[in-house]
Amino acid sequence: MSAPLSTEKLTPKDFASSQEVKWCPGCGDYSILKQVQTVFPELEVEREKFVIVSGIGCSSRFPYYMETYGMHSIHGRAFAVASGLKATNPDLHVWVVTGDGDALSIGGNHFIHLMRRNFDIKVMMFNNQIYGLTKGQYSPTSEKGKQTKSTPYGSIDEPFNPAELALGAKASFVARTLDRDPKHMQAMIRRSHEHKGTSFLEIYQNCPVFNDAAFFPFTDRETRKEESLFVEDGMPLIFGQNDEKGIKLDGLTPVVVDLNSSGVSRDDLWIHKEGDKTKAGILARFFEQPGHHGLPRPFGVFYSEVRACYEDDLDQQIEHSRNTKGKIPLSKILSGDRTWVIAD
Amino acid sequence: METTAVKRQLEIKETDSVVIRFSGDSGDGMQLTGMQFTDTTAILGNDLSTFPEFPAEIRAPAGTLAGVSGFQVHFGSKEIFTPGDKYDVLVAMNAAALKADLKNLREHGVIIVNTAGFDERNLKLAQYPEGAHPLDDGSLDHYRLYKLDISRLTKDSMDGLEVSAKDVDRAKNMFVLGLLFWMFERSVSNTEKFIQEKFSKKPLIQDANIRALRAGFNYGETAEIFTTRYHVAKAKMPPGVYRNITGNQALAIGLIAAGEKSGLPVFLGSYPITPASDILHELSRYKANGVRTFQAEDEISAITSAIGASYGGALAVTTTAGPGLALKTEAMGFATMLEIPLVIIDVQRGGPSTGLPTRTEQADLMMAMFGRHGEAPLPIVAVATPADCFETIYEACRITLEHMTPVIVLSDGYIANGSEPWKFPAESDLKSITVHFTTENNNPSGGTFLSYKRNDQLVRPWVKPGTRGLEHRIGGLEKQHETGNVSYDPANHERMVKIRAEKVEKIADSIPPAKVDSGREGAKVCVLGWGSTYGSIKGAVTELIAEGHDVAHIHLRHLNPFPKNLGDILRGFGKVLIPEINNGQLVQLIRAKYLIPAVPLNKIMGLPFATTEIKSTIKEML
Repeated sequence: MSAPLSTEKLTPKDFASSQEVKWCPGCGDYSILKQVQTVFPELEVEREKFVIVSGIGCSSRFPYYMETYGMHSIHGRAFAVASGLKATNPDLHVWVVTGDGDALSIGGNHFIHLMRRNFDIKVMMFNNQIYGLTKGQYSPTSEKGKQTKSTPYGSIDEPFNPAELALGAKASFVARTLDRDPKHMQAMIRRSHEHKGTSFLEIYQNCPVFNDAAFFPFTDRETRKEESLFVEDGMPLIFGQNDEKGIKLDGLTPVVVDLNSSGVSRDDLWIHKEGDKTKAGILARFFEQPGHHGLPRPFGVFYSEVRACYEDDLDQQIEHSRNTKGKIPLSKILSGDRTWVIAD
Repeated sequence: METTAVKRQLEIKETDSVVIRFSGDSGDGMQLTGMQFTDTTAILGNDLSTFPEFPAEIRAPAGTLAGVSGFQVHFGSKEIFTPGDKYDVLVAMNAAALKADLKNLREHGVIIVNTAGFDERNLKLAQYPEGAHPLDDGSLDHYRLYKLDISRLTKDSMDGLEVSAKDVDRAKNMFVLGLLFWMFERSVSNTEKFIQEKFSKKPLIQDANIRALRAGFNYGETAEIFTTRYHVAKAKMPPGVYRNITGNQALAIGLIAAGEKSGLPVFLGSYPITPASDILHELSRYKANGVRTFQAEDEISAITSAIGASYGGALAVTTTAGPGLALKTEAMGFATMLEIPLVIIDVQRGGPSTGLPTRTEQADLMMAMFGRHGEAPLPIVAVATPADCFETIYEACRITLEHMTPVIVLSDGYIANGSEPWKFPAESDLKSITVHFTTENNNPSGGTFLSYKRNDQLVRPWVKPGTRGLEHRIGGLEKQHETGNVSYDPANHERMVKIRAEKVEKIADSIPPAKVDSGREGAKVCVLGWGSTYGSIKGAVTELIAEGHDVAHIHLRHLNPFPKNLGDILRGFGKVLIPEINNGQLVQLIRAKYLIPAVPLNKIMGLPFATTEIKSTIKEML
């Protein structure tokens, strides 16, 4: 990471563009924009090195509001645009802003391939479990049975669990946060930035118009301690109104235990390790609907591994070819291996 | 070897051009045989043109008609424009090959068959009627038929060599090649060198193939079957250094050259598709030159990754064939809105849908012209011959970089795999390509950078992300004039649509005027062509002119915008004929734009025009 050339310290204001923000009042996107504008100045990156690429949807208007380089691309393709940009410009800090429809429906193919290639690209997926910009159809993350304009009798699609999908697609960094927890979101944005490789950050984001309060159980004072689980590397999985509940693994099955009555101590609980892919998979699959009083919904960094990035491998191949074969002179490329002369 | 004593009365026949068709099963190595014959022929100084034709299936069941793979080479002491309508020599390695390709053998032509490929099983697989035997029933009496058991002759040549039956069988194409080398007075040495290099790590196979090659040559020399050798003198080609090149190779090389001359790294986003994949293969070899190839997960990622690379300042390219171009259309509209450089290569094939993947067609012109939603004109250039691919792609790179617009390059399957001798340019002969990255704020009032402020060519600035102080956003939403901010203003939209169109029209200022390739301006009939019909039209028109007819040929490289004088020059002719390997596309554009009653000539068989087909149509119009 290069330090800014400018001695002046950047502020959140430096990252706000002149364009009027046009999301609906109360939209969770405002909070995300604010947290990004708060964290970016602290990352010690020159502002001109940031490029934010988005697809289509409410979330994808994001680049217009950021005073960085940005591209509002076409539906589902931000991952591919970002890949081409990063492949040719490894020094840029490339962020992708996308939504649940953009990333997982129309862009599903590019999404999985970005994860496996592991370009050093930061993905923030705003998940509101609904199509907002097209005015309220169910999305690939909407819960089954969701009644919307396009599913008046309830949707019959099984939803994606984005974190599980990302892990399955070989993501090297998977995390989840929420629009209504600014501090946690800031920490997750920072972690995404610090990760070398593709980082997938799912952000639960409220759509007050078409899917209001979908995630409120995870943040409301009365329910959040029961419904949410904040994981941290090296720490046991503990939740509950008074931190009285823990999760331990019975074989590969997660079990909720009462720390007060079960006789299980904190040391016996599942200790979260960000590098453990097997456990990350189990954790990501905590996906019960709020109110079931089973497993809580986890937030935080589920998985993080250091793995070669596509653009670095590409550069290395180029470097290696240059060192071993040497750059082929254009004259040699033009002539090829076999020539003959036609005399006058 | 060629100087062994002549044991019999050998006739040496002088001829100015010959067409040979090597035909066999997909596994018989006919493509390699054809290419080796071509290489030696090129080095000998003949002009030539080739046409490889292979099935879409990688290995259709052996011996079937579906599995026939052919390679046609036309060479001569005169200028050669096409791979030839009819062949003089047909090599048929099995019954299916004979059945598939006999139709285009000229009267009294030579047939060399491998009798081992004509047993009962082979005849049945080739769907000859029960009991029929084409080699013995007199049906080939009006040809000169040579029946050789090539399989056995090849085996005999390996006496004492410890090679497997399979390897013996696989060397039989070298026997044929050796025989053809003898027949046309060509040395085996070039192919020997090739075999030595190819099998340098397998000395036994090397030995086997060289033995078969020499045995074939010596068979012609000693077996008293062949009474004629053919002498084809060197062609009178412009002096210089030549190489042989296929269309796809020339496209790849042209891109590398344009990258070096513009000082930009080349990025190719591509998804494998026949017949365009060879461009991806070729470019992937040039890592040492900084060429970045990205085999994308699909056609859409292929083009959008290229858009990302272009945004970052690379010479970005995507390559595809018809079905892939269809998938790229939304992204093409996006790149039109972004006004960034992007080279889109479409190697056309038979359509619609999966169509005829390995056959040729020119049916994507209308899609290239209009295949985007909204008003989204793009410049289009088309390649005429394999060697022409180089100049045309270089021109496409110039247009895309200097005019900040995506460019579509139309090639087709016939050119992609076909080859011809190419008098390649010296590096210093290549025109420079000017690229300017903006690094200073262009706003006269010192306010925000104006990302859509244009120069006199209506070209907007290209800014690399990472440039301090010029941070800005671009995207697919309509842009406000000059500022580039999102705008839904009705008048602004109309203005921007017109500006984008005018920008493409202005490219006509920098392209050469249309001129006759053969014949004279104002001739009775003008044949107007584009793309791979070049050779067939050229051949037909040249012959007619030689016969005293008043005919001309114009061939278009630039299909959008057209050369500025095209309407005027066309109006000067008596009649205009437009042959196309489609159902009539350029003819519609010409009629619509210039109100000229141009006459279509169409062939939609997945095959190029025969020269005679065009010639006879022109004659009817004279």
